Amino acid sequence: MSETLATVAEEPATALAHPTDLPVGPLGRHGVGMWGVGTAIATEAALFAYLLFSYYYLGASAHAGWLLEPHPTFKLSLPDTILLVASSVVAWFGEHGILKRRRGQALLGFGVAFVMGVVFAAVQYLEWQSKSYRIGDNSYASLYFVTTGFHMAHVIVGLFVLLALFVWTALDYFSPRRRLTVSAGVFYWHFVDVVWLFVFTTYYITPYLGFAR
Amino acid sequence: MSPTPLSYFTADGERAAHIVPLTWYMLIVSIVVCVVIGVMLLNGVRRARTGGGDAQTRAIPVERGTNGSHWIGIGVGVSLVPLIIALVWTMITLAAAAGPPPHPGLVLDVTAHQWWWEVQYYSDDPSQSFTTANEIHIPVGERVLVRLHGGDVIHSFWVPKLSGKTDAIPGQVNISWLQANHPGRFRGQCQEFCGLQHAYMGFEVVADTKDDFVQWRAAQLRPAPEPITPAQLRGQAIVEYRCGLCHEVRGTHAAAVAAPDLTHLMSRRTIASARLTNNPGNLLGWIQDPQGIKPGCLMPNQYLSAQQLHDIQAYLVLLR
Amino acid sequence: MKEPDFRTPTVGSATAELQARLHSIWETEPGLKGVFGTTDHKTIGIRYIVTAFIFLALGGLEALAIRLQLAGPNLSLMTPDQYAQFFSTHGMTMIFLYALPILSGFSNYLWPLLLGGRDMAFPRLNAFSYWIYLAAGVFMYAGFLVGNGPNDGWFNYVPYAERNYNPGFNQDFYSLGMVLLGISTTVGAANFIVTAMRTRCPGMSINRVPIMIWGTLTANAANLLVVPSVSLAFFLLWMDRQFGTHFYDPVGGGQPLLWQHLFWIFGHPWVYAIVLPAMGMVSTGLPVFCRRPIVGYALVILGTISTMVLGFGVWVHHMFATGLSGLSLSFFSGASIMIVVPSAIAVFAWLATITLGRPVVTTAFLYFSSMILLFVIGGVSGFMTASVPVDWQLTDTYFVVAHIHYVLIGINVFPVLGACYYWFPKMTGRLLDERLGRWNFWITFIGFNLAFLPMHLTGLLGMPRRVYTYQPDMGWNTLNLITTIGSFVLAFGLLLFFINVAKSVKTGALAGPNPWDAPTLEWSVPSPPPPYNFAVIPTVASANPLWEDRLDEKRALSSIEQGLLLDKGKESIATTAIDAVPDMILEMPEDSVAPAITALGITASFVGMLLKAIWLGAWILVGIGALITLIGLVMWLWPRRDLREREPVERGPSGRRQVREVTA
Repeated sequence: MSETLATVAEEPATALAHPTDLPVGPLGRHGVGMWGVGTAIATEAALFAYLLFSYYYLGASAHAGWLLEPHPTFKLSLPDTILLVASSVVAWFGEHGILKRRRGQALLGFGVAFVMGVVFAAVQYLEWQSKSYRIGDNSYASLYFVTTGFHMAHVIVGLFVLLALFVWTALDYFSPRRRLTVSAGVFYWHFVDVVWLFVFTTYYITPYLGFAR
Repeated sequence: MSPTPLSYFTADGERAAHIVPLTWYMLIVSIVVCVVIGVMLLNGVRRARTGGGDAQTRAIPVERGTNGSHWIGIGVGVSLVPLIIALVWTMITLAAAAGPPPHPGLVLDVTAHQWWWEVQYYSDDPSQSFTTANEIHIPVGERVLVRLHGGDVIHSFWVPKLSGKTDAIPGQVNISWLQANHPGRFRGQCQEFCGLQHAYMGFEVVADTKDDFVQWRAAQLRPAPEPITPAQLRGQAIVEYRCGLCHEVRGTHAAAVAAPDLTHLMSRRTIASARLTNNPGNLLGWIQDPQGIKPGCLMPNQYLSAQQLHDIQAYLVLLR
Repeated sequence: MKEPDFRTPTVGSATAELQARLHSIWETEPGLKGVFGTTDHKTIGIRYIVTAFIFLALGGLEALAIRLQLAGPNLSLMTPDQYAQFFSTHGMTMIFLYALPILSGFSNYLWPLLLGGRDMAFPRLNAFSYWIYLAAGVFMYAGFLVGNGPNDGWFNYVPYAERNYNPGFNQDFYSLGMVLLGISTTVGAANFIVTAMRTRCPGMSINRVPIMIWGTLTANAANLLVVPSVSLAFFLLWMDRQFGTHFYDPVGGGQPLLWQHLFWIFGHPWVYAIVLPAMGMVSTGLPVFCRRPIVGYALVILGTISTMVLGFGVWVHHMFATGLSGLSLSFFSGASIMIVVPSAIAVFAWLATITLGRPVVTTAFLYFSSMILLFVIGGVSGFMTASVPVDWQLTDTYFVVAHIHYVLIGINVFPVLGACYYWFPKMTGRLLDERLGRWNFWITFIGFNLAFLPMHLTGLLGMPRRVYTYQPDMGWNTLNLITTIGSFVLAFGLLLFFINVAKSVKTGALAGPNPWDAPTLEWSVPSPPPPYNFAVIPTVASANPLWEDRLDEKRALSSIEQGLLLDKGKESIATTAIDAVPDMILEMPEDSVAPAITALGITASFVGMLLKAIWLGAWILVGIGALITLIGLVMWLWPRRDLREREPVERGPSGRRQVREVTA
């Protein structure tokens, strides 16, 4: 709530801002920090877009047999995907706890989301082990491991973020007003989740739709 | 050959000829634009206070001045005319000059290697196919389809007087085509940085009359003649067991394909990818010290004795 | 005592007491803590500028070496391998270590001053971006200095860059160095975007923003989206080389053209990113020497934005000879021809401003106006290569080399030199010598054109790029000699510039706050500015605040003398993105070494990744680097009370921690 211009008179008056009751520092999820995380997410999203572009580019002109796994198995990947999506919901639940001033809920949310993230990473690792091909076998294999590897790296960063949120919540740093860090961190975790949906669709679903067969 | 063998202001073949008028148009438009802008700029600064510094700048009062936006409108509007002409002309030329030609009289498979050109004359009849290197003969008037293969890294096949350039990329086959209007020799050059000897990866395209081409082709199909004199016999032995590690001479035991085919070496005007004219002095100098002439090329120095060199020369002159 | 969560900021005028208080709040800490921890955008800006000029000089020396080798046919001053490293390092240095960083440096220094603010949105991130840039530059030059510099051109095509053709360390230095540099560029881009969108002074609505801001903003928005492409390209190359993956080699199902697409999707927007900010500098500075506002302010901005947007859609014009389909070629050729249109807007706006204004020839004016002609020459040679069939003859010849030097030197170096003459008094409080400036300008201008104008003909005569020598019967001998002579004249001209700087920084004529009587906000503060920039935050009412009295403004006038004091701490103001209505008081961070520590950790990890090829223990170094990075990040991101990132936790009467009662 603020006024900017003095009332306009016959001669040009001097415009002088007299804002009132401005928030000092970030307020809720409004603050330059949120814009900053937004740009970080934009650039990382672009990175994954280029990774997926590489897959579609190489796959579109690949010879038969390029798809080392024409029917990728959902045994580990589907539950893992559901787990990651659920972890976003849980992280949101944790952020909601900060909003509602329920520290217990926040700690539960961040903590459980962290554990779910660790399980996701572990299951993803098992998935890698279960593949019959290795990174140097052909470009499909290289792309699969490097793309899911980049995603894994982002998950690990996200785990550090959730851990930090957990610790800082335990130290009682946040309130409904002062929680930009929480919103930014949870926003990042959602981003990691959304990226996975694109990666999953590309590697596990498009083969069934006929791509690169 | 022309004093500027790689220039393309004029063309000696149909494909390049399509491009020449458009090139001249764009060049003239460009020069005119630069002159016009230059004149406008000079006109603008004509009235300027010269020898200025900060005091002189402050001394001139600031004024809002006239709106002037119409300058932009007019300028951009006028610029659109040559741009649109260029756009349309480009599409027309592209359609005419792009490949492949519908009924090629000749099909070549050119494989670009570091730093030489392997040229295979394709025929449905295998006995009519042969391989040569660095000098391409084509019959005058006919459209020649060139299939470009990348042997190791990316190279670019370019004969400016006959055609624009097309890259030879490993893993795919790119199509180019040539056509010469009259007999002559046309210089070619690799035009994509490919390593240490990119600068000397040239070649020549020779447009022969119909009869000359038939003769040339028949000669290329023949294997190497038999050596007779003792020097020639000794020379052949060296060629087979030293040069043959990389080179091929059809009709002998030299059968490797890592380096240019030498079966008809003396029929070519140049050696070392058009680096040197093919005469006895250059030939021996090249064999003895390739690293001195093309440092980094894949032919190692041979350290041959004078006797060996003499014998090799005796043999090589047979390979016409 | 609870600090208030909301506050009505005091409005007032500058007093000596206020200035002294702000000075002590904002000044950089003394000693090493200040050197490694400063977040002052002016210091960081000058560091960028100085470092970038050093790289310009190094790149220039490499160019002179190249020109000596090419002065005549069949010379052997260097081996082909040395030559490959010289021309590749020259390209890498100029395009990555000079061209963008110099513009980032000017932007860093000037933006808060142009925007009426006290610092960038993320001051610590700003410091970090410089340290990483320095580290990446040193990293890549370390390769060159040990004879392992990049050797496949600045665009580094595969398969020649792959391990089997390029077994040395050259490509590993280049690949990892570029990924490292990409981090700096990306965080810099984020900083510029948020600063432009959220920290303009009150009243600086979107239609009152100086064009220099627009130029840099557009370029950085593009960088944010395309730098990941090149970082990925280089990372995948490093993977191919070190881990046996098959992204680019056809034998394993990879494709060499994947490299070209990933590289040029970045590369083409990049070349706009290194000229649009410079064009913005011309649009901001040239009108001052024409004593009138620029013609067509809104059109110029629209032209800037549309050039950048169209710039995303033309990258294939670097690949016209690679055997792509006719449909693809037609589209990209058409787009490449049409992109001339928005670029032309700026040219005509500048010409109109000069002709309809009252120009005064200073050295800055000479640079800003001559670049118009150089821009057009570079633009038309680009126009010629935009046509696919013509490009089939022109591409990879010296015609393209002429084109790129006209656009790079003409639209980056010349505006930068003009910007130096224009803003040097603001940065140092002294003017550059005008007489020496004239010599500097004319020798540079003549040398540049002598070197590069004939090069168009050299290219039309078919001389290929990247050749370490040429045969004497090609018709190129005289032209190459002329170019070599011109390049030395150009170098001498630039030397005069450096001499002028060195001389004037000590003995130049003193400049007041506004030696050029210029309109933008930076000229309302002392030269050089105090650490806090503005004692009172101004409110602006037009695009030319300091000229309003002369321009006969009928609407409101800007308020420069009176404004927000924001003196309760290290504070600045945040405003809304479009209308610049104040909506938050920003608490700014103190000097901190966390960015330097983080940069050190990341660099250590990259050095480890480089060395892993020869030393298994390098992975330990990677790990140590990661640990240092983590420590730096924790230091940096730990929520701080003074930045209002967290609530204060108070101790109750028993001394035990208690949750503070939060009132709604």
